[in-house]
Amino acid sequence: MSQAVAPVRHILIEGNKSYHNITEDLCTPTEKAPSREWVIAFALASAFLGLYLFAIVWTVWKGIGEWGANRTINWAWDITNFVWWIGIGHAGTLISAILLLFRQRWRTGVNRAAEAMTIFAVICAGQFPIFHMGRVWLAFFIFPFPNTRGPLWTNFNSPLLWDVFAISTYFSVSLLFWYTGLVPDLATVRDRATGYRRKIYETFSFGWTGSAKHWQRWEALSLVLAGISTPLVLSVHTIVSFDFATSVIPGWHTTIFPPYFVAGAIFSGFAMVQTLMVLTRKVLGLQEYITINHIESMNKVIVLTGTIVGVAYLTELFIAWYSGYIYEQFAFYNRVFGIYWWSYFGMMFCNVVSPQLFWSRSIRRSVWWTFFLSVLVNIGMWFERFVIIATTLARDYLPSSWSYYNPTWVEISIFTGTIGLFFTLYLIFTRVAPVIAIAEVKAILKVAGDQYIGPNAKKHADGAEKVEEPKH
Amino acid sequence: MVSDSKQVLYGLYNDEEDLKGAIRAANAAHLDIMDVYTPFPVHGLDPILGLKESRLHYLGFIYGTIGCLFAFLTMTWIFTSDWPIVFGGKPYWSIPAFIPITFELTVLFAAWGMTLTFYTICGLWPGVKAQTLDNRITDDKFCIAFDVTAASDNAVDGLKQFFGTTQAAEVNIKTM
Repeated sequence: MSQAVAPVRHILIEGNKSYHNITEDLCTPTEKAPSREWVIAFALASAFLGLYLFAIVWTVWKGIGEWGANRTINWAWDITNFVWWIGIGHAGTLISAILLLFRQRWRTGVNRAAEAMTIFAVICAGQFPIFHMGRVWLAFFIFPFPNTRGPLWTNFNSPLLWDVFAISTYFSVSLLFWYTGLVPDLATVRDRATGYRRKIYETFSFGWTGSAKHWQRWEALSLVLAGISTPLVLSVHTIVSFDFATSVIPGWHTTIFPPYFVAGAIFSGFAMVQTLMVLTRKVLGLQEYITINHIESMNKVIVLTGTIVGVAYLTELFIAWYSGYIYEQFAFYNRVFGIYWWSYFGMMFCNVVSPQLFWSRSIRRSVWWTFFLSVLVNIGMWFERFVIIATTLARDYLPSSWSYYNPTWVEISIFTGTIGLFFTLYLIFTRVAPVIAIAEVKAILKVAGDQYIGPNAKKHADGAEKVEEPKH
Repeated sequence: MVSDSKQVLYGLYNDEEDLKGAIRAANAAHLDIMDVYTPFPVHGLDPILGLKESRLHYLGFIYGTIGCLFAFLTMTWIFTSDWPIVFGGKPYWSIPAFIPITFELTVLFAAWGMTLTFYTICGLWPGVKAQTLDNRITDDKFCIAFDVTAASDNAVDGLKQFFGTTQAAEVNIKTM
């Protein structure tokens, strides 16, 4: 009788939940007064957001001469941070789109928060190229539109313009995907609310009723959005890598960059999801929905992508040697043993060595290890972008223009400030919307709830048998 | 949306299996179900309700094609006739360089077009007041609704009996 359920299936919802329990558990964080942890975290995050605003006003007022970027190292912290944030923004759509296509049920526990994280990370990423333009009030020049300057158009052959299209498409499609998934859950919050809260959620839930035909279209839409978001998510970091790969700078113009960047983006994105999920499940008490099985599944993705990234690093070194091209060889020698050697070793340790610990099942299933290693991976991925950008530029073709780069307080404030921006947005999100997709969790309850599968299942054995039928 | 009010008789079930059983029974008795409301997408509901597959993805393909052609033809027009510029000694009409933007706009048009179509055909929009029969339908109740505006008392009694025999947890009537 337990044969109705395949033994490989993991329990994804613990605690013998009913549908009503799920609604209750996932809606209450939006309904009750914020906890003390939330208030402290919010105060801290918004303080950094304030720092960000100050540093941005400073930059715009005084000009980007206030940054440490110079003639030789003209892309420095700003582009490093841009690529870092964009990479982090890759896990959300990967979880919601690719895992939907692969029918991975564990995505339901984490997809909502991961998609929100994607959107906030892309917002943070967008700050850097915009303010790096210097005269930010002319930033609208990046969009092609009929104008009085000729009409002078943008250069559609430039990877930097491809970036504009890729990132704005990615942002808006992720937003649609996320919000469409959110509408039924906002309706759940609406139907529990009274007074002005009900009015607000009525507006934001668009009048959702849960009609069978609406659900059918909703599923069709989700599936097609997932289908087109899958190549989209792969294209975005590919195009970001083109910023480097189509240049003529040794160390940048390598054909390995697109897959290497995409793997790195998924790697860092999952690491950031882990950091946030470990905190969120603890603070909001969602351990029964974001289980150790979810964490383990994500750690498996981290060890896979971390290993891909490691292979890419070694391939780069090998190809530099094998090419017989002295400029390429010098670029990579300099990367490893040059002035920024410490960032190369930091990158190697955090990205290649540390995730290998996840081969151990007990480390993979340990919340503390997961948190610690996910932070290390994010540090490592920041170093990776710094290594690619600053190390390469610091030693260019002309030894007379060789230079060294140190960030100024303005750049440090902008970077830490975007972390504040990110967490401010995330913390607001945890207060206004369910952080876990309620409807999607309910839909997998009978195939992943612990009363239906696993050791507790026997008392519901007749219930489990029914489960087989609706599968398709 | 219908403007005049209608009488809706609805029954709430506690489980999606009870709901599906009830729909099958309603089909067998040739009852005309107005709509079914559930808190989450219930698998296997569409065929027994006789819902045809959504055609949204065909529209998605059309929107995507429009985006693709728009991007490619606009770039072609700009770089070959409106303002031709030589970049790096490449031909004016350098097709490979157009691929990334063409792809992005294909996705952008398909996603926006489909999503806006979805909200429009479902009548979902900010400011639309939800025609909620019961607050618990978005929580844990599965609902079958019958339009009984023009139904005779006999027919209503028959429907109530139907809800009774299919183990509905609650039966109510509501004017909307």
